[in-house]
Amino acid sequence: MIRMQQSVDSTQALAESDAVAVERTLAGDRDAYRVLVERHSHNVFRLAYRMTRNRHDAEEVVQEAFLRGYQKLGQFAARSNFGTWVYRIAANYAIDRMRQRQKEEARREMPRTEDKDGMENDPLTRVKDEAPTPERLTQSIELRKQLEQALAALTEAERTAFVMRHWEGCGIEEIAAVLKSSSNATKNTVFRAVQKLRHALQPMVETRAQARAMGTEL
Amino acid sequence: MKHMTEEELIAFREGVADQREVISEHLAACEDCRGELERIEAVLAALDTLPVPDPGADYGRRVWREIAPQLAEKPGQWWRVWLEPRRLSAAGAVVALIIAAFVAGRITKRVDTPDNIANKEQVRERILVVAVGEHLGHSERMLVELSNAVPDSPAQKAVNISAEQRRAEDLLQENRLYRQTALQEGDAGLASVLDELERVLLDVAHSPDEVTPAQLEAIQKKIEARGILFKVRVVNNELQQRQEAPAPAPQQNDSTKRERNKV
Repeated sequence: MIRMQQSVDSTQALAESDAVAVERTLAGDRDAYRVLVERHSHNVFRLAYRMTRNRHDAEEVVQEAFLRGYQKLGQFAARSNFGTWVYRIAANYAIDRMRQRQKEEARREMPRTEDKDGMENDPLTRVKDEAPTPERLTQSIELRKQLEQALAALTEAERTAFVMRHWEGCGIEEIAAVLKSSSNATKNTVFRAVQKLRHALQPMVETRAQARAMGTEL
Repeated sequence: MKHMTEEELIAFREGVADQREVISEHLAACEDCRGELERIEAVLAALDTLPVPDPGADYGRRVWREIAPQLAEKPGQWWRVWLEPRRLSAAGAVVALIIAAFVAGRITKRVDTPDNIANKEQVRERILVVAVGEHLGHSERMLVELSNAVPDSPAQKAVNISAEQRRAEDLLQENRLYRQTALQEGDAGLASVLDELERVLLDVAHSPDEVTPAQLEAIQKKIEARGILFKVRVVNNELQQRQEAPAPAPQQNDSTKRERNKV
């Protein structure tokens, strides 16, 4: 309980400090915006990466979100939370980027700069394994590939709703604002997303659980 | 006993259920529904293992460094970003495209025959060809210099690549603009090469000012492995040919684009 109170207090303190930085920025102190960028970049990157599943796109989304945030700062209501507000801008731009990427992928005839398993050739995005035997590595890669495919099969709205709700813990109203949808429709979108993921992944998850129980997992 | 639906269980798990207490009480009494909820949770737990790369402790500072030159004096003065020296060349290209589109529109305004529409598209495309050709030339030169960079002596512990890094930052801004324009123009092949170039430029722009010889070699190998120099040269050559050639027929354009898609 004490920890929860401390967390609430620090969130409030952060919001108040954000509000001061916004005020100073609007008064012409451009460096005050730097505080906001440095404070919220990691969270916005995490959201953007989970939505786009691509580090390069995620970095672009982060930059664009803060640029647009600065340009629209005059429209920012002082009582709002800057973190939530920039999150919303990032989510909207990430949806645009996903659409653009889908069109690109559909048109593209060239092979992507990915390895044969369809993952980005980026060591930071690779699964870490304590005992990377070739068999375990193959299984890890296969598992990750299926998880990525299941996420990629969701519609943009479903993926946005799932990421914002399940991973980022955003409120339904907040997600509804990004999706330009009603609360009930947004709840339905969250449901559809989880249902699709479940149907795509449950057989594989159960097979792995059984193998683990029988001690036959590699 | 009436069991919970999948929708109710998912809503409960994701914390968006309307009748949370009712579901909670039911779960306490119903083994079947608990089992069903566990199966849903197992899938979500598997998804939770997907990693998010750590962008690094200095990520916030890097974002600021990228966007700061593009910010106007005061929020809301968005037009000022185009007056920043680093964006002037990109802004010039946009202005040229707008003027070209306007001129093409004026020429073809009175009679919108299929031939005139094709002319308008050709003018727009030729403007893009010239601007992108220059951009690719600059990118190629920077990448060649970086690929050929070597330490002055075997004892040298750090190589300064800050000049290449700054050029990569500038080129990155232009590249994004051209990639988006190429996409709008329906030139998927060009957009694809620009997309790959953007990844390399991003890597260089995010490198430290000074790198060890081993780090430099790693950057050079990355450039080589992606074959980006080859792709840039091929596309640039083709753009130059299109620039020199008389206005091609629309059908030829399409086939040229398809050919480039195979690069």
